[in-house]
Amino acid sequence: MTATTHHWFMLTVVGQDRPAIVARITSALYEGGGNLGEASMTRLGGNFTVMLMVYYAGNTDALVKLIAPVCESLGLKLHVDRIEGQLHRHPEADVHITVFGADRAGIVAQVTTVLAEAGLDILDLQSDVAGTEDKPIYITQIEGRALQGVAALETAVQILDGKGMEVHLEPIDLMLG
Amino acid sequence: MAILHILTYPDECLERISQAVEYFDDELRNFIVDLEATMRAGPGGVGIAAPQTGRLQRIVIVDVSGKPRVKNHGRLVLVNPEILAWEGHVLGREGCMSVPDYTGNVMRAERITLEACDERGALLRYELEGYEARAVQHEIDHLDGLLFLDRLVSRHNDLFRRKNYQGKSEV
Ligand SMILES: [Zn+2]
Repeated sequence: MTATTHHWFMLTVVGQDRPAIVARITSALYEGGGNLGEASMTRLGGNFTVMLMVYYAGNTDALVKLIAPVCESLGLKLHVDRIEGQLHRHPEADVHITVFGADRAGIVAQVTTVLAEAGLDILDLQSDVAGTEDKPIYITQIEGRALQGVAALETAVQILDGKGMEVHLEPIDLMLG
Repeated sequence: MAILHILTYPDECLERISQAVEYFDDELRNFIVDLEATMRAGPGGVGIAAPQTGRLQRIVIVDVSGKPRVKNHGRLVLVNPEILAWEGHVLGREGCMSVPDYTGNVMRAERITLEACDERGALLRYELEGYEARAVQHEIDHLDGLLFLDRLVSRHNDLFRRKNYQGKSEV
């Protein structure tokens, strides 16, 4: 097993949440010779979702074969893509944006469209529906880079804020020491 | 003047407790010159602690004067620093030259009262707040063998707003 035969893959796993999903998937990968890279795993609407970078010596079929039995036994859907992986190149977010509103299903689309036009490069977005069935509250938190400067995003936020939603932007002042 | 090598995690020097400085001599001052040059050599660095360069002595330099709209005392050389009082707490984003390519949210006191010697041994007292207080707390942690990784708080907590509402009202 030489390094030259290794490639990065993106594993996507989705299914009903149940105990030990993460432990069983990552153990199967580790025991099969896969190295884990960065990962995002979260529960969305009762489903557990896994996006996982894996550095692996075989091809896509071999990786699927390695992990499919675990996914089947847990009732999870599996998808594997070969990707161009890059570690150790985290861009730093310079703004944190919070959006919330009631009864506004289109809130994420509207906000991200306006912010994209103002130069927002999204690095991370978490969106939740809180409240109750008859009174949902849409809450989104975004971190990203202000490619056209923070002032451009602040102007965009002012346009959005108060139009049935509240939008707040705060610069992230990284302290490096 | 020399740019010193910055130790990175998991170097065991970063986990050890540094000793107080006893002699305020030219050797100390020469080291401080190098330490400051090392801090300024890294892009964006606003603070450095001696143990990050492998010298296990209680010496810290902080200078946040290059940041716009941040209250500051200019170049601070803090030898044997002692935090006497903490007030309030606030979440902010930190990174560390000893932990490349990672940043995270850390809770720090909003205001601190600090006593420290300068490079000639004169004991001075400082009242620091906000970003500058955060930098000093991060660096003093290094003197006690702690990294910001030891204090990480979830990235997905939106606690920035509280801090910045206060910040806005000051502007
Ligand atoms: Zn540090």
